Amino acid sequence: MNPQADPSAPGAASSPSSSGPSGPVVKIIGVGNAGIAMLGMLNHTEFSSAAMVVINTEAGALTSSSAPVKIHLENKLLRGLGSGGDPDRGRAVAEEQFSTLKAACEGANIVFIVTGLGGGAGSGISPVLARAAHEAGALVLAFVTLPFHCEGNRRESQAQKSLEQLKKLADGVICLPSQRIFKIIEENTGARETFRVIDGFLVQAVHGVWQLLTCPGLIQVHFGDLCDLLRDRHAESLFAFAEATGPGRAREVVETILAHPLLDDGRALAESTAVLVSLVAGQDLSMAEINRVMEQIKRQCGRAKILMGAALDPALENTLCVTLIAARQESRAEPAAADAVPAASSSSAAPAPTSVKPRFEMSEEIPLAGGPREVPPAPVSRPRKGIPGNKPVQTQLPLTIVSKGRFDKSEPTKHNGEDLDIPTFIRRGIVMN
Amino acid sequence: MFDDTNIIAGLEIGTSKICVVVGEQSPEGVLNIIGLGQSRSRGVRKSEVIDPAQVEEDLRVAMAEAEQMADVEIRSVYLGVSGGHIRGFNNRGVHPVVSADREITTEDVEDVVKNAKAINLPAENTVVHAVRQHFFVDGQEGVTNPVGMLGARLGVDMHVIHGNANRLQNAIRLVRATSLEVDDVVFNGIAASLSLLTNEQKELGALVIDLGGGTTEYVVHANGIIRHSGVLAVGGDHVSNDLAYGLKVPLSRAEKLKVEYGAALVTDAGKGETISLTNEMGLEFKRLNREHLQCIMSLRLREIFELIALDLERVGLVGYLRSGVVLCGGGSRVPGLVKLAEEVFQMNVSAGHASGISGLTTALDQPEFAAAIGLVKFGSLKTRRRSGRSFLPTRIKGAIEKLLQR
Repeated sequence: MNPQADPSAPGAASSPSSSGPSGPVVKIIGVGNAGIAMLGMLNHTEFSSAAMVVINTEAGALTSSSAPVKIHLENKLLRGLGSGGDPDRGRAVAEEQFSTLKAACEGANIVFIVTGLGGGAGSGISPVLARAAHEAGALVLAFVTLPFHCEGNRRESQAQKSLEQLKKLADGVICLPSQRIFKIIEENTGARETFRVIDGFLVQAVHGVWQLLTCPGLIQVHFGDLCDLLRDRHAESLFAFAEATGPGRAREVVETILAHPLLDDGRALAESTAVLVSLVAGQDLSMAEINRVMEQIKRQCGRAKILMGAALDPALENTLCVTLIAARQESRAEPAAADAVPAASSSSAAPAPTSVKPRFEMSEEIPLAGGPREVPPAPVSRPRKGIPGNKPVQTQLPLTIVSKGRFDKSEPTKHNGEDLDIPTFIRRGIVMN
Repeated sequence: MFDDTNIIAGLEIGTSKICVVVGEQSPEGVLNIIGLGQSRSRGVRKSEVIDPAQVEEDLRVAMAEAEQMADVEIRSVYLGVSGGHIRGFNNRGVHPVVSADREITTEDVEDVVKNAKAINLPAENTVVHAVRQHFFVDGQEGVTNPVGMLGARLGVDMHVIHGNANRLQNAIRLVRATSLEVDDVVFNGIAASLSLLTNEQKELGALVIDLGGGTTEYVVHANGIIRHSGVLAVGGDHVSNDLAYGLKVPLSRAEKLKVEYGAALVTDAGKGETISLTNEMGLEFKRLNREHLQCIMSLRLREIFELIALDLERVGLVGYLRSGVVLCGGGSRVPGLVKLAEEVFQMNVSAGHASGISGLTTALDQPEFAAAIGLVKFGSLKTRRRSGRSFLPTRIKGAIEKLLQR
């Protein structure tokens, strides 16, 4: 029933990680055609310590992949034709072979799921895989792309549905709406090239997070911090990566990252609620540089909570890389989300990162040296009390909106800031019953 | 049979009604009201035209009625204007007397008045009235006519009423479209005070409040001059609207309830009394608490008075009102309004009657027509001055000519 699944998957996965540097064991799993393509781009020496796994319902794409572990999900229903773009079929087959998926995740501390949502395999398998990884005791971070609008609303709704499921099951989701890519690419870029660009962005994200987690941290960012940042806000998480070399690299890298097309001219930063900044550089990284970069980014992020990490990578001679993940909470206010989520969203088997809660509690305290630095946001904002909304917007309480009857359309009669067209008894708060 | 120079018509385009009052001036200067026409107004909100075609239609009805009653043809009218955009303020102009003997001449007076009119208005505004208050010569205040006096510095206080030119123009154009001429444009508040106040009251100091359908105008006279004026874009429409909202009835029904059961104060009789509403079949479908109705009305009317009282306090005129408050306009028909005003202003309040005019007593006694009658009176004062039969110093100058020529 499962002829192509590699029975040695768990063993194969743990062997490279044990030989790598001391750190979390990471598995990168590409799901579906898009996931396989992205994983292909990831085939980088840097990721040598990570185990690559590809999962698909179609055999064709699997054979072209260079990943060491390939899992072909197949049952009679699919008849070797793949999921046919139906997420339900993808999910059914994944549920059927849940144990295989779980076995593939065994032994990993962290599982990255890389996929494109909208199709059958990616949308169907990913949520199941996330659950399987959880049950195998790993933290799950998903990197997904959303389809173009032109791909039709069926794919879009499938992708949205799957994203919702992933949000519940994974510890964090970084998603890249493909539609955004139009802002970046030139008009007559080839279709293939466009998809490569999208995949490239996602690969950058994986790379950035990878660096964040594996490079020896000067100022460490824990996986828990990352999950904390992405959890429940991920619908709008944005990602930007920039690097620069040379003496003026600090200034240059900030300029590049703030001009990053995905950040909407820095507007996305201003609207985000939490921003994670990770700096990776060679041994020559100076504190002044960190300061300069953070100063600039801080200025752009209105009232966002800023998390920063810095790491040294001897391989990066003279180069400074900045990875920026901005998360925006959805418009509905979720003041208690931070505390409620670990218990609510993860399934009972999911190991909720224990470091999450205290981190929030400490958000106003002085950061401890060596620990994850939380740069306090702009002095006026109270991160814990303020509505996790974006910019301070003057809102009107729904209670005070009163129909003005026949004066609805006429010029309001304002007198000392009072709208006299509204009945006096309402403005005075006199109750008629 | 009538020499039309003797015929003076006042037209007020109000929010709830359009009314035309026709007056005849005898050669001796006695004003007699001979005609009255009115119609429901449907194209006006807060005393400003929002539907010119509708207003024109209503205007023709009112004009026809007035012409028929007075048996004259009306060729020109004095047009009353109001609206939330109209403001009044006091301005002082000074002029150095340059002649060798320091005697103040008529030219000096003209110059100083011109200086006082040179005010800093928003570009889109125009002066409706610039009313001379008092002259002062070298710091000596309260000079009525400085010509012939000696002094080095001549000053004058003016009360300037101004409003948005385009909005004023809207009403003027509309009247012109019915092939009527507009003799002059007059602020309704001033017109109402002209018809209601006797000279003695003006001297003692009085506040006139015209509670209209869409706006409430108020003017303060003291020591014989206009001291202050203002408009609140709140009126009877607001009362109806409040009732419709508070009692959850349609606006037309609220209007009827206001007239039938309304009161400015919560009466003892109203407490616990219910009003049952019946549909066209005569079946009851809703019961209302009369106390609520009166409470909603009372709050709104009290607020209007309080806002006016606050404004007067701000300009420091409360102490000048020795003759008290005079109410007019359709809103003043609300039972108990005088009592409510007395409570708010803490002074003598009376319902106004047109004074110094003879003619149709039915019209003169109606508080709604005070402004329209005042328009006729304004016209009569103006024509008398123009014909030179009387040198009665009307201090109200129509500064609107410029506007009329457009």
